[in-house]
Amino acid sequence: MELDPNEHALHNAPFLWRTPEPKKSYEAIIVGGGLHGLATAYYLAKNHGMTDIAVVERGWLGNGNAVRNTTIIRSNYLWDESAAMYEHALKLWETLSDELDYDVMFSQRGVLNLAHNLHDVRESIRRVEANRLNGVDAEWLDADAVKEFCPIVDISPEARYPVMGATLQRRGGIARHDAVVFALGRAADALGVDLIQGCEVTGIDVVDGRVTGLQTSKGPIAAGKVGLVTAGRTSLLTAMAGFDLPIQSHPLQALVSEVYEQVLNCVVMSNAVHVYVSQAHKGELVMGAGIDAFNSYAQRGGLHVIEEQMSAGMELFPQFSRARVMRTWGGIVDVCPDASPIVGLTPVENLYVNCGWGTGGFKATPGSGWVMAHTIATGEPHELNRPFSMTRFETGELIDEHGAAAVAH
Amino acid sequence: MFEIRCPYCGPRDEPEFKYGGQAHVAYPADPELLSDEEWARFLFVRDNSRGRYAERWNHAAGCRRWFNVIRDTGTHELVGSYRVGEQPEDAR
Ligand SMILES: Cc1cc2nc3c(=O)[nH]c(=O)nc-3n(C[C@H](O)[C@H](O)[C@H](O)COP(=O)(O)OP(=O)(O)OC[C@H]3O[C@@H](n4cnc5c(N)ncnc54)[C@H](O)[C@@H]3O)c2cc1C
Ligand SMILES: [Zn+2]
Repeated sequence: MELDPNEHALHNAPFLWRTPEPKKSYEAIIVGGGLHGLATAYYLAKNHGMTDIAVVERGWLGNGNAVRNTTIIRSNYLWDESAAMYEHALKLWETLSDELDYDVMFSQRGVLNLAHNLHDVRESIRRVEANRLNGVDAEWLDADAVKEFCPIVDISPEARYPVMGATLQRRGGIARHDAVVFALGRAADALGVDLIQGCEVTGIDVVDGRVTGLQTSKGPIAAGKVGLVTAGRTSLLTAMAGFDLPIQSHPLQALVSEVYEQVLNCVVMSNAVHVYVSQAHKGELVMGAGIDAFNSYAQRGGLHVIEEQMSAGMELFPQFSRARVMRTWGGIVDVCPDASPIVGLTPVENLYVNCGWGTGGFKATPGSGWVMAHTIATGEPHELNRPFSMTRFETGELIDEHGAAAVAH
Repeated sequence: MFEIRCPYCGPRDEPEFKYGGQAHVAYPADPELLSDEEWARFLFVRDNSRGRYAERWNHAAGCRRWFNVIRDTGTHELVGSYRVGEQPEDAR
């Protein structure tokens, strides 16, 4: 059969969601169609029965960090506030595929956090105990047990940074990020949420200290409530509303190798050597590490940062020296001074913010959406995000997860 | 990776430098007079704009001196560098 080029397959494919034009007004609008924005919209509709809502997204759904991350999921954070938040998310991950009737390929293959020196060992054991007190599964493995759990890690004492042991969270793992976008988008749409793509917010209308609507590339849209869920670009949005946050936007890069047979059975993270590695379901080795130090909105960083990740990877897995890089990329992450997110109220009434997840928000997706939906629907933070307010920088109640959170981000 | 012009040594590759964040953030004249909110702003809030940005760099693997750079955070274009004590207009 001749294919009519105007009827490109894409136009006929059974879409996962509608592509509506914006209405004149909504009860609530979520700005940002990444994972956290979609999860927020989904739980607003599902948990709070709010369906007169829209997600407005400047690009397409999941163009940002949603699909640029290395998909590591775990909840073994040191501090109580974080453990509660991330463990809540991890529990939601455990049933997410069933709940959304879409396989997000959540694979609980275990996350190892390696210790390479005495200080690492002490910190790791402390974190294991803290995790257990918070009901988060955590184990300490000595070097031989590490080798048993993950046979390809180099534990030889001759290594430049010998592996002295590791923490293991067996319930941690990876998921397929774009499947999560598809699943949440479809579910939100089915509940009546308008997902509006190609709609950039250019202004935020504030009257007498209260948000009333948005200026967008598709015209003005009135809104009773607005949630900013814009990750790396959040400072640009809050500036439109007349306030700023303690956030800096940085490139974070990652890479994948060519496709190989499955050789790595779990997630391996190392703070001291500084890389985190897993193997995707399809077979690519996925690696990431730290941010590029400078501020940026350009979604790219320097090759020397990629080189550092690769040399760290080879230190742990000498056999990867023969692997070849297929692709590198960068996203823009929103980093807070204490490496913890800001989720809650703002100085503007009915305007809420969910940002600052920085280098580690993928794992939080369902939990973040859950508490943000609660905050928007009730006007009050959920118990889990109350500590993550922007006022903590004034009160000094920081949740300092830099280093503490099992990885130097 | 980009090339940064050290005002003392000339153009060098980025990995020779350490980043120091926003430039021209003065230490408060009377810290004890600040409210908690003002102190928090001084400690934690830095400009995070898109576009031309004045920032500090240290030539860590060279002369080890601090200086300032104007760089576009949207494009990574390096507009110019200038010494501590000079003003952004002096960037070249
Ligand atoms: C390389 C890399 C590796 C990472 N690895 C991990 C990991 O292993 N584990 C982990 O837990 N986390 C990881 N993260 C972090 C994680 O990706 C983020 O914290 C998380 O995805 C942020 O939430 P989001 O998906 O909603 O963000 P995004 O997908 O970035 O969503 C924000 C959306 O807002 C939209 N937007 C911005 N401005 C406007 C505007 N003016 N108008 C309308 N829309 C706007 C953007 O287009 C974007 O789609 C990683 C990040 C990167 C970059
Ligand atoms: Zn120099």
